[in-house]
Amino acid sequence: MQGVGPAICLGRDIDTDQIIAGRYLRTKDRSVWAEHVLEDLDPTLAERVRGAIIVAGRNMGCGSSREQAVVALREAGVVGVVAPSFARIFFRNAINIGLPVIEAPVPPCTDGVRVSFDLDAGWVEVDGKRYPARPLSAKMNAILRAGGLVPYWRSHR
Amino acid sequence: MSTLSERILDAPAGTYVDREVDLAFAHDGTGILAREALREMGVERLAHPERLRLIFDHIVPANTGMAATLQAELREYARTTGVALSDAGGGICHQVLSEGVVRPGTIVAGADSHSCTLGALGAFATGMGATDMAAIWASGATWFRVPETIAVCLSGRLSGAADPKDVALTYAAKLGMEGATYRALEFVGDGVADISMDGRLTLCNMAVETGAKTGLFYADGVTLRHLADHGVAASPQAPEECRYEQEIDIDLSDIVPLVAVPHRVDTVCEAEEVAGTHIDQVFVGTCTNGRYDDLFRFAEIVRGRRVAVRTLVIPASRAVLARAIATGILADIVDAGCMVATPGCGPCLGAHAGVLGEGEVCLSTANRNFKNRMGVGGEIYLSSAVTAAASALAGEIAVPEVA
Ligand code: SF4
Repeated sequence: MQGVGPAICLGRDIDTDQIIAGRYLRTKDRSVWAEHVLEDLDPTLAERVRGAIIVAGRNMGCGSSREQAVVALREAGVVGVVAPSFARIFFRNAINIGLPVIEAPVPPCTDGVRVSFDLDAGWVEVDGKRYPARPLSAKMNAILRAGGLVPYWRSHR
Repeated sequence: MSTLSERILDAPAGTYVDREVDLAFAHDGTGILAREALREMGVERLAHPERLRLIFDHIVPANTGMAATLQAELREYARTTGVALSDAGGGICHQVLSEGVVRPGTIVAGADSHSCTLGALGAFATGMGATDMAAIWASGATWFRVPETIAVCLSGRLSGAADPKDVALTYAAKLGMEGATYRALEFVGDGVADISMDGRLTLCNMAVETGAKTGLFYADGVTLRHLADHGVAASPQAPEECRYEQEIDIDLSDIVPLVAVPHRVDTVCEAEEVAGTHIDQVFVGTCTNGRYDDLFRFAEIVRGRRVAVRTLVIPASRAVLARAIATGILADIVDAGCMVATPGCGPCLGAHAGVLGEGEVCLSTANRNFKNRMGVGGEIYLSSAVTAAASALAGEIAVPEVA
C-alpha cells in the first residue's frame, strides 16, 4: 500500500475534539464531518487536506473514541496520517475504516513538502528523507488492505 | 507470574490475542455508528445479544429533532435485537455498568474511550471505536494486544480536602498525556484498601488521559462489598509478584487539592496557585466525578449556604440521583442555588445542557479540558467536587478546607 501527497503539518497531542468537534456529531451525514474537519484548529484545513498527507506530532488522535474523527479525515480526502505516536483508539479506528496511519519517527515539517509512504516496504519519506515505519500486526495489516473492517468482515464470512 | 491484564487476557504482554468479550456496550453517540457498520457488514443476527448493552447518556433528553430521531432508531434496534437498553435518564454508561453489571475477571469493551473506568471492578475494560464494536456485536469476539503495565503504587491515606480526583490529576501530571500509551495502569499498594469504589472508578476513569488502554484495581473487600450491595457475589483477586514496565509512587498523605489548567489535563497545579481565578460556571458531574461520594462531599460544603456562580450538578446515574434524594443531600444542593439536570453526560462534550460561551470559564469535575470541548472559546479547569464546592461558594477558584 502506497501513497503520496503534500504535507499538512499538525502539532502534538491533536485530540479528537479538534479533529471533529462534539457539536457536529449528531448526524449520520459524513459530508458534514468532512466539511468541519480540524475546524477549531484552522477553518481552512478542511479544504487544504484534500489529497494531502497529515504529518502530526506525538500522541495523534488522543481523546475520545469517536470514529467520526477518522471518517472525517478520510471523507475530506486525506491520503494518510503519519506521526511518531498515535493514541491507540484513533489508530485502531483509522485501520478499521481503511485510512492508512503510519507510525514513524518523523520530525516536525512544513506544509507542502512532499510526503510518500510504502507500507509493504515499511518506510515513509518526508521532504526527501526516509524513516522506518512501525510494522502493523498481521490482523491489522489484513484489515487495512481489505479497505477496512467492514469489507474485511464481508470477505471473511 | 502475571499482571492483572495478562491474567484476564490469558497471555503475556506484547502478544496479540483474539478473545470473546463478556460485555460490549455503546451509547447513543457511538451506537448509531455501530448500527450503521452492522448494516454495511450485512449482519442481521447478533452473536450474543445478552452480552450487549445500549446506554443513552450523551445527549439526554434529546436536544434536537435529529438527535431524537437517531435515538428512536437505536431504541427500535434494541427492541428488535433484544439488546438491553438503558434509556435516557438511566445515567452514564460507565456508571450504570458499575452498579452491579461488570464483574471481576471479565473482558469488557465499550464504544467510548472512558470504558477503562470499569477496570475499577477488576475487569479488563477498554474503549474502542464503533466499527470494532459492530464486529464484536456480530461475532462476540475481538482482538487485543495484551498491554505492558505501569504500576501506580499508592501508600498512606487521603485526608482533609484531598480527593481521589487529586490522585488522578497527580498521576496524569506525572505520566503526561501520552506517558502510558498502549499500557495498562494497575493501582496497587497499601493505600488502595482505603479508597472507596467511587474513588477507584475516578482513578481508572482518567487512565485514558495518559493514553492508557485501561486502569485496573484488584477485586478486594471494597469491591466485594460494592457488588454485594448490588446483589452480586464475586471472588477476590490476589495480586501476584509480577514484572511491571514502570512504577510510579504516590503517597496519599501528600496529596492536596489540585487543578488542571486549560487546555491540557497534564498541566496540573495546586488549587492555591490558581485561587482567585475568575469562573462563570461550576459543573459537578460526568463519569469522572458525578457519583454519590462526589455529591456528598459537595453537599457537605454548600449546605446552608448559597453558590455565588452558576452551578450545575448532574448525578452520574439514576441510582446516584435516587440515593441523593433519599439521604437529603440533593435538597441541600438545590437549596444552595444549584441547577440539577438529568443523569447523563450533560455539557461534558459541549453538545447541550450547560455549554460555554465565547470566553467563558468553567471549573468542571470532568476528565478533559481540551480547547473548545464544552463550547467554542470556552476554557475549562478540572478539579474534584470538593474544590468545585468551595469555588462555587466563592464565585472564583478557591481552596477547599475540610477538617
Ligand atoms: S461524561 Fe463526558 S467523558 Fe464521560 S462518557 Fe460522558 S461525554 Fe464522555
